[in-house]
Amino acid sequence: MKVKPLPAEAIKAAEASPWRRWAPLVGVALIVIYCLAPFYWMVVSAFRRPSDQFSNAVIPAPFSFQNFKDVFGAGNGFGRGLLNSLLVAGTVTILTLLIGMVAAYTLARLDFKFKNAVLAIIITTSMFPGISLVIPLLKLFINIKWINTYQAMIVPSLSFALPLAVWNLTAFFRQMPRELEQAAMVDGCTPAQAFRKVIIPLAAPGVFTTAIITFIAAWNEFLIALSMTNKKSVQTANVIISQFVGTTGRDQPFGSQMAAGVVVTIPLVIAVLIFQRRIVAGLTAGGVK
Amino acid sequence: MSESAPVNNRTESKAGKRVTSFNEGTGRLAAILLSPTLIVLALVVLYPIVSALRESLYTSGQRLDANGFIVKGSTFVGLDNYSAIFHGDTADRFWTAFYNTTFFTVVCVVLETVLGVAMALIMHKAFRGRSVVRAAILVPWAIPTVVSALLWKWIFQADGIANTLLGSQILWSTDGWQAKLSIIVADTWKTAPFIGLLVLAGLQTIPAEVYEAAKVDGASVLQTFRRITLPLVKPALLVAVLFRILDTLRIFDLPFVLVGPHKPSVETLSMLGYDEAFNTRYGPAAAYATVLFVYVAAVAYVFVKLLGADVIGEARAKKPGGGGRAQRKRDAALPAPAVGVTSVGGGM
Repeated sequence: MKVKPLPAEAIKAAEASPWRRWAPLVGVALIVIYCLAPFYWMVVSAFRRPSDQFSNAVIPAPFSFQNFKDVFGAGNGFGRGLLNSLLVAGTVTILTLLIGMVAAYTLARLDFKFKNAVLAIIITTSMFPGISLVIPLLKLFINIKWINTYQAMIVPSLSFALPLAVWNLTAFFRQMPRELEQAAMVDGCTPAQAFRKVIIPLAAPGVFTTAIITFIAAWNEFLIALSMTNKKSVQTANVIISQFVGTTGRDQPFGSQMAAGVVVTIPLVIAVLIFQRRIVAGLTAGGVK
Repeated sequence: MSESAPVNNRTESKAGKRVTSFNEGTGRLAAILLSPTLIVLALVVLYPIVSALRESLYTSGQRLDANGFIVKGSTFVGLDNYSAIFHGDTADRFWTAFYNTTFFTVVCVVLETVLGVAMALIMHKAFRGRSVVRAAILVPWAIPTVVSALLWKWIFQADGIANTLLGSQILWSTDGWQAKLSIIVADTWKTAPFIGLLVLAGLQTIPAEVYEAAKVDGASVLQTFRRITLPLVKPALLVAVLFRILDTLRIFDLPFVLVGPHKPSVETLSMLGYDEAFNTRYGPAAAYATVLFVYVAAVAYVFVKLLGADVIGEARAKKPGGGGRAQRKRDAALPAPAVGVTSVGGGM
């Protein structure tokens, strides 16, 4: 690098200047506003009275829960939608973890010939566009009468959830020292016991993180849930929100849509706030201390 | 299998080189343990892909045969579905969707990368409030794409907050360039912070000494960024960008909910395929899906070949100078961003 060395005082001065100290804080504030302002707008709009829906006041006055009451009103089936979402995303998460954990442990611990090929295959499967999987599966599910069933949403969801979980878990297992299982086996455990009694408890944080990330991915899924169902009673919350119909003529019921959005999002946001360290660590596994 | 494994593991830990002689046994065990995952993936990914290829050569539904009789069921039509895409009446619609998909991908990914890197640099400099930013950044990521699409639709409403703030009267999210812009804004909002998060993780692995050395040498901020930060963050960034590209190529939720189907200005290839399937024209739908699949595969291939995006980073256990473990740890960090990014898009 051809650069002129600066005198030491210049470096000090640069460090001490108020701009240097305050600029990052201003930047941070800007990022926070950028991320949260639209979300804040959703929350605020949800708490307005339906009659003030188009008011642009920053704080809703008066506060109203009417939108939330409307969302859970009889015609929408939104409560059922939430339950369906929970059921589908929950099942996907559990299945994925059960299947993925074994594969991840194998990929992290055993040395075998086509290891890299298998890793490449697994990561490649997550790159395929959802629509090219959904169209043939849709036709298949029509034939075997799976439309409007939970398994029609759960099984295709494995296509993105499983690679995600395997990759995440592989990174976690790899970070754990091999000596742990070896010590357990020296003490007389079989590998299966070592896995169950030593590795699983120690990997619990990683497994938990993977569970959250998989759950959020499955909870947010839309295309599969939209394609595989046409009956409200089995549709997930996401599909139901997107198909809300206004009570008054052709108006879009933005107030209740925002309220529904808040209901769907708040649990995730709370989970993110509580587990943010874990989630970040999971998403960037190994990168963050 | 519980009989053979401990032997393998123990040998492995004592002398890495002798492992090769046990490869066969380990291979069988690995095959057994991996089979559930591979079988599931074969069923939910491989089967549909192959089936879509086959399906795209057929046409279903009622047709008139040569004698004017109605034929029901699938008929083999060869490459007719494909030639219809490129030449028939639907060619315009296809090329518009193709252009939109490419346009969204290029614009969104460039914007998101630039914004994301900028955010990461700011967060890296800030010592106070880091956890607040981190929590804030995860909020757009956690919001389901459908909900964020509705949220932006509401913001871009004719008498919504966007027009109020801008003092304009633009009919966003209806059609035309403004609909495209509303999608770009919404997509960037959701994913730029996330790229920032991944880049930040990369930044934090760079030792402070490197920057101090550069400072002592009098390197300017720009020089430090170009010569130190960028090269060291590049591997993580490339993988993140690749996954963002693949995610945006299959974008569906956002335009579908924010603007709606059958809008030429925002219709993407995924939406086109969905629309055909929705109208039970599975043959053409499968053809669109296959074209998109080939497009995605080609882009991924070019990206990996040209830029050398290291998708399976940990494969490289080169062990230079015996630093095996450290090397492995460094490598393990590489595929991880990929994992994160796959989850972010949601808009498949």
